[in-house]
Amino acid sequence: MARMTMIQAIRNGMDVAMGRDDNVVVFGEDVGFFGGVFRCTEGLQKKYGKHRCFDSPINESGIIGSAIGMAAYGLRPCVEIQFADYMYPGYDQITQEAARIRYRSNNDFTVPMVVRMPTGGGIFGGQTHSQSPEALFAHVAGIKTVIPSNPYEAKGLLIAAIEDDDPVMFLEPKRLYNGPFDGHHERPVTPWSKHEWGEVPEDHFTVPLGKAAIRREGEEVTVLAYGTMVYVAEAAAEETGVDAEIIDLRTILPLDLETIEASVKKTGRCVIVHEATKTCGFGAELMAVVMEGCFYHLEAPVIRVTGYDTPYPHAHEWEYFPGPARVGAALKKVMEAA
Amino acid sequence: MSEKANGAAKPLSLYVPEPEFRPGDKPNFSNVPIPKAGEAERPPIDVSADDIRKLAYTIIRVMNRDGEAVGPWAGELSEEQVKEGLEDMMRVRAFDARMLMAQRQGKTSFYMQCLGEEAIACAFRKALKPGDMNFPTYRQQGLLLSTDYPMVDMMNQIYSNAADPLNGRQLPIMYSSKEHGFFTISGNLATQFIQGVGWAMASAIKGDTKVAASWIGDGSTAESDFHSALVFASTYRAPVVLNIVNNQWAISTYQGIARGRAATFASRGLGFGIPSLRVDGNDYLAVYAVSKWAIDRARAGYGPTLIEHVTYRAGAHSTSDDPSAYRPKEESDAWPLGDPVERLKNYLIKRGAWSEAQHVQAREMLEAEVAEAQKQAEKNGTLHDGPHSSPREMFEDVFAETPLHLRRQRQEAGV
Repeated sequence: MARMTMIQAIRNGMDVAMGRDDNVVVFGEDVGFFGGVFRCTEGLQKKYGKHRCFDSPINESGIIGSAIGMAAYGLRPCVEIQFADYMYPGYDQITQEAARIRYRSNNDFTVPMVVRMPTGGGIFGGQTHSQSPEALFAHVAGIKTVIPSNPYEAKGLLIAAIEDDDPVMFLEPKRLYNGPFDGHHERPVTPWSKHEWGEVPEDHFTVPLGKAAIRREGEEVTVLAYGTMVYVAEAAAEETGVDAEIIDLRTILPLDLETIEASVKKTGRCVIVHEATKTCGFGAELMAVVMEGCFYHLEAPVIRVTGYDTPYPHAHEWEYFPGPARVGAALKKVMEAA
Repeated sequence: MSEKANGAAKPLSLYVPEPEFRPGDKPNFSNVPIPKAGEAERPPIDVSADDIRKLAYTIIRVMNRDGEAVGPWAGELSEEQVKEGLEDMMRVRAFDARMLMAQRQGKTSFYMQCLGEEAIACAFRKALKPGDMNFPTYRQQGLLLSTDYPMVDMMNQIYSNAADPLNGRQLPIMYSSKEHGFFTISGNLATQFIQGVGWAMASAIKGDTKVAASWIGDGSTAESDFHSALVFASTYRAPVVLNIVNNQWAISTYQGIARGRAATFASRGLGFGIPSLRVDGNDYLAVYAVSKWAIDRARAGYGPTLIEHVTYRAGAHSTSDDPSAYRPKEESDAWPLGDPVERLKNYLIKRGAWSEAQHVQAREMLEAEVAEAQKQAEKNGTLHDGPHSSPREMFEDVFAETPLHLRRQRQEAGV
């Protein structure tokens, strides 16, 4: 066991995967010699050579398009998009190519590829370094979307993603890279070294894709969250005294329907939290899942707490960010309903 | 500011290029420079792009008007191989004719022929080795029809019938065969151009000896993935041949809209330091020689080559458009590079290796082969009359393992 930040755990995950399988290659903008702007690939080029870890041109459709070709050859590329906000030029390659190659070729070709990208705000990144585009992936048939919330699981999920035979979008909440963040930006940062999930085994292990985790058991209301919002929800439950059951979805597609349905049927109430914009955000899908599966168990209308339907603002980051006060208010409101 | 100081009193106007000839015009291509066969130099494969800039602006041709193979690019194939090549092209033409008719008869939804462009895919395929991979676009059926890939399977795919190797999931002609070096056709444009570069990079990463070939049309070179492919291929010296099939037309849009003010499509490669050649795409011998040169370069580790195959789309874009609405009917005949099948036939006859009678006999034999395959395929069904694969197949292979939400949807659908 070692103490790791999420950055170190992700790096260690790639290291373990590359060590076990020569077919795993890592590339992206600034990823090679320098080790990535967030340092997630630091040391990998030195250890595995330039042909296994290298810098790419600033061209996201090229990064993802070439990775698809490599995967079709038989490699397992794990590429980095510097910020999730930069993935759009590669979106065509992700959604119309990677997502459908197994299906359209009837298993003749497959795309075992991971696209890593830092996601979410909380670092004063403005409009182009703060976005949460997960719903844009979940809407497309044929790709998996994973959003880890701590170092241990980031490593286990990443190795599982690299070993998966289908394309996986791996969204890393960048505000969690160096410590759990509960939205209290006015308080000092807690480092991962002081958190139980900062303990990470150095060798190979996986955390299964498609399975949610219950972070806090509770009886009164189910909170559906992922990434940074898991800690915000924990803080809100603590501060309001509401006995919330907090579910960290970890993978939003495939979605762990059974865990969600069982919890909401038990509590009869549900609050959905994400940082992305509200309209057609993944929360809309979660709400539909709850309505379809648990309607007759509900005691109160389901509430969404999300980013607002605006571009991510710079100066007003903390007014935009769905922090513990907003989540807490939602918890109280959902409890008020008869 | 006074009008004078401003200096821009004259209003600007947008320039929108137009093809020289539209329906009703008499097409005349006498101003299109067609270099003499045999004139272009044949450089060594380790040449740099700068040293052969001329080859990006000329047209490399081997067969002259008299049906003789001349110049440094001639003499690459034996007579037997050339006969096989002729047969390959004639098979493609017979196949296209049959399938076009099948679509007209309502047996499928869609078809795309490659009339007039047969030499390009057929000759290129001949220069590849087993294990090499093509990333084709939708007019390279010759890549499959020049191998032992069963014609019946291609037809099963076109009919989306019960024996369709793609289980009825893809639009007609979007074949896939890893075994035959044919990457699954997307239907989107240009995406495969960079994927082929990635495949070639993988081959180099693994220390393999296989090469890749990417394919794109003149129109879709305007897509940003074309640029992506050139950047990556050039940067990593990927063992890939980048093929542009310039058939002059992108549905109804002439090639000048994609080309802009560049002299040729091939010249785009020069800015990336990629050796770039322009070849007569209707000259089987020239296409083979240039393709072989580029494939040899890739395999020897000298990196990518860009080839512009200059040809003419003699048919419609697909079964969904009527070219007489946007170009003169006579344009195809007026196009100066002639018909690839006729030209190779004349070459063989000139050498005394072929005759008109043999040609007729070969055509009849190939037409019978295609008709027989069609009969076999139709036993497995056609698009509108079925049978098809089970609707259950609709839910399979979205992922390696079908997740719960899809299993529920399948249950709901009752299949």
